[in-house]
Amino acid sequence: MSRSRKVSLLAGFLRQVGEAWILFAETFRNLFRKPWEKKNFLQQLEEIGARTLPVVSLTAAFGGLVFGLQTYVGFHRYVGQGSEAYGGPIISLGLTKELIPILVGLMVAGRVGSSMAAEIGTMRITEQVDALFTLGADPNRYLVVPRTAAAFLMLPCLTLFGDIIGIICGTFYNVTLMGVNGTVYLRNTLLYLQFWDVVSGLIKAAVFGVIIAVMGCWQGLKAEGGAEGVGRATTRTVVIASICILIVNFFLSSFLPG
Amino acid sequence: MIRIVDLHKSFGSKKVLNGVNLEIPKGETMVVIGQSGSGKSVLLKLLIGIMTPDRGEIRIAGRDVAPLRGEERLQVTRKFGMLFQAAALFDSMTVAQNVAFGLERYTDLGPDEIAGRVAGSLAKVGLQGIEGLMPHELSGGMKKRVGLARAIAYEPEIILYDEPSTGIDPIRADAINELIILLKNEMNVTSVVITHDMVSATKVADRMAMLYEGRIVALGTPDEIRNSPDPVVQQFIHGRAEGPIKNW
Repeated sequence: MSRSRKVSLLAGFLRQVGEAWILFAETFRNLFRKPWEKKNFLQQLEEIGARTLPVVSLTAAFGGLVFGLQTYVGFHRYVGQGSEAYGGPIISLGLTKELIPILVGLMVAGRVGSSMAAEIGTMRITEQVDALFTLGADPNRYLVVPRTAAAFLMLPCLTLFGDIIGIICGTFYNVTLMGVNGTVYLRNTLLYLQFWDVVSGLIKAAVFGVIIAVMGCWQGLKAEGGAEGVGRATTRTVVIASICILIVNFFLSSFLPG
Repeated sequence: MIRIVDLHKSFGSKKVLNGVNLEIPKGETMVVIGQSGSGKSVLLKLLIGIMTPDRGEIRIAGRDVAPLRGEERLQVTRKFGMLFQAAALFDSMTVAQNVAFGLERYTDLGPDEIAGRVAGSLAKVGLQGIEGLMPHELSGGMKKRVGLARAIAYEPEIILYDEPSTGIDPIRADAINELIILLKNEMNVTSVVITHDMVSATKVADRMAMLYEGRIVALGTPDEIRNSPDPVVQQFIHGRAEGPIKNW
């Protein structure tokens, strides 16, 4: 690859990062300005929260089951029979701090982020975004702020719900299916799982919510080139948001206490 | 009313507007003609503030509005109504919600008054009793008329028309032309129409301007434009492939 090509790629990458940051900063600023688009905000709460609940439930349930299974196998094989009851805190910790926030983030990126990009992208291509402006509605306040605020609030709720489902399923696998001592399992879980473990997972989820909404809106607002452009925006949203979630998760895990 | 001074706009290395100068008095219908891609739509978007110019002035009632942002810009945008090429109706809203959208943001009217204005605006464009329909249930011509009702509902002083006759049959296109003339006479609005449809242009224009290579190359009444000695103008209005315009 020639030097000029490398420079152009780097410039392109930095421009994209800059665009996303500018949109985020503008959205953050507009969050505290009136008038608020309450109707849009409530619609987004329903779209991101209630309508994503079935997918999150299913993902969390099987996440909890498989995590329960592998933890059981690990203890049974490497520590010895009877030690499986000590897997409870590990399952709960792994689910609440890492697995459920990430799974919920990736699921919402796929279901909601892509739909945001498609909807706003179509509005952009059919000049509906321009029409908003001419009719006195700032597109950022009307489209981006309600989506970002709703995602920021709903991702932790979905994650908390997923935590409960995941822990129940992990417990179900170990205690009900594999016959692990339920009293010891639950006592250990309650003893070692701390409030902060759950909260740190919820903080991560809130950050993922902002990432998903900003990516979806950003890609939608810059969509061009008809149906193909909208398709590209949708795909990019899912890919970029998913990668960002995985990278940001690592840093949050490193910096958040506990 | 509108004065455009040395307006420049580029996209990357492509210069779209390269020093446009144009003056439109209050109450006049100015038709801007030019090839596809000549920058006509960009000119409209600069006027209404969707885009910002690289250089130059856009004076509305004597005030340069190009550098304005936020609330100040919104006050200027309030003076404009715009009919988009494909109407740009909000497809998740009913016809009534579409027409009421600007009224809800630009005025302090109550719900009953807004409903009355919505019905009145729809009646002006010849549509009644369709308030509850969704945009996908409308024909192309109806969409344009609803778009026009939405643009005039809050009684703007200036109406911008982006290719009003494109995408509809000649009879419906003529009905839109009649509406443009009617609104000008009834509401005394200043209108800027961009089109490459010469039949439509000649019918609605008080004056016409031709945009070519980023500049206004001809300006005058429809008769003056028709009789212009400029070969660029003659090639365009007669729709000839042969001539000085080569970049198609």
